[in-house]
Amino acid sequence: MSEYRPAPRFPHRHLLGIEALSAKDIVTLLDMAEEAVGISRQVEKMRATLRGRTLINLFFEASTRTQSSFELAGKRLGADVMNMSVSTSSVKKGETLIDTAMTLNAMHPDIIVVRHAQAGAVHLLARKVDCSVVNAGDGAHEHPTQALLDALTIRRNKGRIEGLTVAICGDIFHSRVARSNILLLSRLGARVRVIGPSTLLPENMARLGVEIHRDMKTGLAGADIVMMLRLQRERMVGGFIPSSREYFRFFGLDSEKLSYAKEDALVMHPGPMNRGVEIDSTVADGPQSLIREQVEMGVAVRMAVLDALAQHLPNATGGERP
Amino acid sequence: MTTTLASPAIAHQPVALVNGRLVDPQTQKEGKGGVLVIDGVIRDIGAGISAAALPSHAQIVDCAGDVIAPGLIDLCAFVGEPGAEYRETIATASAAAAAGGVTTIIARPDTNPPIDDPAVVDFLLRRARDTGLVRLLPAAALTKGLQGEEIAEVGLLLDAGAVAFTNASTSVRNARVMRRALAYAKDFDALVIHHLEDPDLAGQGVMNEGELALRLGLPGIPREAETIMLDRDIRLVTATGARYHASIVSTKASVDVIRQAKAAGLPVTCGTSINHLTLNENDIGDYRTFLKLAPPLRHEDDRRALVEALTEGVIDVIISDHNPQDVETKRLPFAEAENGAIGLETMLSAAMRLVHAGDISLPRLLAAMTLRPAEILRLPQGRLAVGAPADLIRFDPDEPYVVDPAKLHSRSKNTPFDEARMQGRVKLTMVAGEVVFRA
Repeated sequence: MSEYRPAPRFPHRHLLGIEALSAKDIVTLLDMAEEAVGISRQVEKMRATLRGRTLINLFFEASTRTQSSFELAGKRLGADVMNMSVSTSSVKKGETLIDTAMTLNAMHPDIIVVRHAQAGAVHLLARKVDCSVVNAGDGAHEHPTQALLDALTIRRNKGRIEGLTVAICGDIFHSRVARSNILLLSRLGARVRVIGPSTLLPENMARLGVEIHRDMKTGLAGADIVMMLRLQRERMVGGFIPSSREYFRFFGLDSEKLSYAKEDALVMHPGPMNRGVEIDSTVADGPQSLIREQVEMGVAVRMAVLDALAQHLPNATGGERP
Repeated sequence: MTTTLASPAIAHQPVALVNGRLVDPQTQKEGKGGVLVIDGVIRDIGAGISAAALPSHAQIVDCAGDVIAPGLIDLCAFVGEPGAEYRETIATASAAAAAGGVTTIIARPDTNPPIDDPAVVDFLLRRARDTGLVRLLPAAALTKGLQGEEIAEVGLLLDAGAVAFTNASTSVRNARVMRRALAYAKDFDALVIHHLEDPDLAGQGVMNEGELALRLGLPGIPREAETIMLDRDIRLVTATGARYHASIVSTKASVDVIRQAKAAGLPVTCGTSINHLTLNENDIGDYRTFLKLAPPLRHEDDRRALVEALTEGVIDVIISDHNPQDVETKRLPFAEAENGAIGLETMLSAAMRLVHAGDISLPRLLAAMTLRPAEILRLPQGRLAVGAPADLIRFDPDEPYVVDPAKLHSRSKNTPFDEARMQGRVKLTMVAGEVVFRA
């Protein structure tokens, strides 16, 4: 480990959230992801960056697109990928999170991608293992790769992020996507607004440096990007909103509400969508929608993240683990 | 100003109330004169409106020195429809209202089905248009099914025509639900009207807790059941900024809480019922179930405090709390009888007791039943002003009569003022320029 290595472009061992990233780190990842887009569009998509490495997808919460996106990203970089979901793990048998982490650690993985329903669970796990950890969503805290793929999608379509007005709409309260996006977009100089009913806007939201709107008309006025969030009905203990029909009437994005935004405004959604609840199909499938492109960028961003973290793996030069 | 009205294009006949004593709740002033009404709107007011100054085709009502005032707005009445037509209908409730000088009724949502769906709001508005004599505006349910668990469709209900949101005669027990309901209502700038009674503390109580309950052997409802709920609500209003109206305050302690909340600049208003202002627990006498109310009638000291708070303006509104109950639910042992009393028709006469006793001035009293509810609900009526809807009453403040339940218009006869001597009677009621009652 004593020989010369080029200074890493990405100075973090884990990716636990956007919080710890500087604007420079974010741009580095976006630039790397841009290259990865090219790779994914070639016939020959395999790279050897992670050859011989083991990537574990540890998902305590069900996921389709994030998990498959990480799996594909790992495989395209040549890693061995293992998927563990909660239904097949021993967590159901009463094992604690730390025990699970220690067990996995003993198998010498290089990167673990973790999703967990509890905020902070991924950080706890990261402290207990020797490998790199990527947060694939922890409770209502952060979902950094989603924010990165959203930023990449915006940058590719608008050419920049700085100076744009981005309106994040809907269920902010339960959304880790919103928190990561607010951090990332503000760090890169965008103006971020959040729009939703008070019951879905956490207290002290303004402390995050965002503009707060409770009405789509004022909130969307002049917006370059309209980012819709999924109404997380499975987390709606106690009724945050009266009904889907009322929510759609006041906060669902249809052509009329979209017309309040700039004429060239673009529409995003992290998926999976509740069509007819937070977004109308004519908008979701319309010409202003970037929703499908977001999925493509998801793979690219995850390749970039895995690639960046690989620079720090302790046996990067082929030696033994310390 | 009236000479130019000869144009045949004006189909509606001008109506003038002349030779009256104008009582203006807005300026708190009185003066001799009349009111000119054209096309349902007040066109002119003042000493200049006299029979001699009006065109020949005008309909003229000589008020013979009686009071002319805006029609009353009752912030809470149960009108029976839909689902309890055996107790009351919009037709009978509005006939009672017209006879009592009430020109706008806010209908309670604890109907069957409850007013928690835009279609029910629409039904009520159509029924009122077809069968009502006075204006009827629905207050919708604050929570679905009035269950106190999920917020009702505030936005859609407002669009349909609901004017306020309330859980009717129950309090929202769960503070988290109440907080969210207030926060959600605030987004729509909707008014929340809340009943105040902690159901756990009230328990099995059936009347005010105190010496009288002890002597009657009836379980009491402590005053704190009201104050604790009010205290909680005020804290949630502080956090959410929602417009909040306490439906009925019945205790001295509640008045103090409201006074403090207003001093702190919170968007808080409150009402009390005509029963709580003019009766006390002693009127229950020999277990009279027509005086079983929610909240219960309190001690005379509380009643005095309410009257004082009304004169101060700490209490904004007087409501009838009209709650028709048929004989079968009232002719029962006191504890088993339903709560509630009718009140639309007797509200003004009963309230005049306070004026005759020298407790409050007439303009001040009328403001609590006209201008203040209008302001709280943001309605244009309730004012003696040019351009305001011509919802007007003529009443003789001194005419004595004895309340005869058989002659009341309500379908149910559960009046607490059975055989009571009253002084002050409505002679004429006009809604949007149309005479709907004449004594």
